[in-house]
Amino acid sequence: MTSNTLNAEALLGKMQQELSSLITSGTKPDPLMIGIRTGGVWLAEKLHEELNLNSPLGVLDISFHRDDFDQSGLNPKVQPSKLPCTTEGRHIILVDDVIMSGRTIRAAMNELFDFGRPASVTLVTLLDLQQRELPIQADIIGGTLAIGSNEIVKLTGPEPLALEIRNRSEG
Amino acid sequence: MFEQTDPNQIQLTEEGELKHFITTEGLSRELLTEILDTADSFVDMSAKQVKKVPLLRGKTVVNLFFEASTRTLSTFELAAKRLSADVLNLNISTSSTSKGETLKDTLMTLHAMHSDMFVVRHSSSGAAHFIAEHVTPDVAVINAGDGRHAHPTQAMLDMLTIRQAKGDFAPLTVAIVGDILHSRVARSQIHALRTLGVNEIRVIAPNTLLPRNIETLGVKVFTNMQEGIKDVDVVMMLRLQKERMNTALLPSESEFYKLYGLTMDKLRLAKPDAVVMHPGPINRGVEIASSVADGDRSLILDQVTNGIAVRMAVMSMSMSGQMKSRGNEL
Repeated sequence: MTSNTLNAEALLGKMQQELSSLITSGTKPDPLMIGIRTGGVWLAEKLHEELNLNSPLGVLDISFHRDDFDQSGLNPKVQPSKLPCTTEGRHIILVDDVIMSGRTIRAAMNELFDFGRPASVTLVTLLDLQQRELPIQADIIGGTLAIGSNEIVKLTGPEPLALEIRNRSEG
Repeated sequence: MFEQTDPNQIQLTEEGELKHFITTEGLSRELLTEILDTADSFVDMSAKQVKKVPLLRGKTVVNLFFEASTRTLSTFELAAKRLSADVLNLNISTSSTSKGETLKDTLMTLHAMHSDMFVVRHSSSGAAHFIAEHVTPDVAVINAGDGRHAHPTQAMLDMLTIRQAKGDFAPLTVAIVGDILHSRVARSQIHALRTLGVNEIRVIAPNTLLPRNIETLGVKVFTNMQEGIKDVDVVMMLRLQKERMNTALLPSESEFYKLYGLTMDKLRLAKPDAVVMHPGPINRGVEIASSVADGDRSLILDQVTNGIAVRMAVMSMSMSGQMKSRGNEL
């Protein structure tokens, strides 16, 4: 994967297949899928539809739990998390577009636990950029990619879903 | 009165973000809307088991109340605690002669305690502004009511309550009724309503309770309640501020109730879906009939709930602005 665009649909397909086998294995009965805003929600919407899950989809906003409030301040576009039902005792499938440092997932877990105590949390991400700063790993990934320190990966969507490598200064 | 510079030079960062919250006057519609949107996220927090977020964790908020208030103090305290701040409530009685000096001394003491935010309530107009000018940089100041000048968090919680009930500000006619003269709430409401673009703002009061030149704020003035309340969408009652009335501005409370008290009969003249608000505490049978205050058109208790969310929003946004401008200087 060296080109500037990556095949998001192919990565999504691989993710979906692995997730499907996990669900049919029966170890995570009646899972509750939750997407992290914004890219994670687009992916979760597709996965939720394809996998035909019973429980409605949840949306998590992590703005209130970010660890860079002291540097970056409050996200002006913060919206409330919307979970369709209780998370207490449920098997959660947490979906995000990209995992890099692991800080987003740390924040997401804090937000998630404010709603109750889930039975388990399975982390699914489209792309693993490695460069972890926290001991957090995804259970299912679409693919891995090494990028330069001045680069970021951006998921655009929701239709069509596309992954772009951009220069950090371009945002 | 304290000397005043342009409040927006003080309450906004160079990027136009909030770093203190002194007045609604002169703030842009975008910024007021951002406050309401952020507050909406905090309203929805009540669905969580843990009704707390870590935004102000490790920060110290001092509620600096030079004037007694139960409702405002307790909602500010709760808001700060839900943001995970440490909270100190100080009730300081005012000496009427040497306010300037006393304030400076108080500030120096609090500075030594490493506070990050002051929530200020004071009977003198301009007190919060004065404190914002004199605090050490990177301490945020929130105005919790200053004299007759402003009560911006009250106005914003009213705006949030109106938006929840009516959706859009543009088509609305809003009436503010009662003691406009002594009301900092009315002033902040008028500025916010104008900026958010309501169709018409009316003030309804006897001549003795109207400030001079109130028309210059862009409001229609009515001294007859029946005429003023006709076909309005929102009725915002004000409390009769007995403690601020030094002279005989009113013949009697019962006379006021007869002419300006909100009764079911008068409310029938407003639109059928008109809503009723009051900043509290209510003087039942003075400004408002119990049947109206407790009726199904009353949003008085929603206002209290929204007050916590709005205070969380302006506290986190102001601290956010402070942290960012601090970061820019490093």
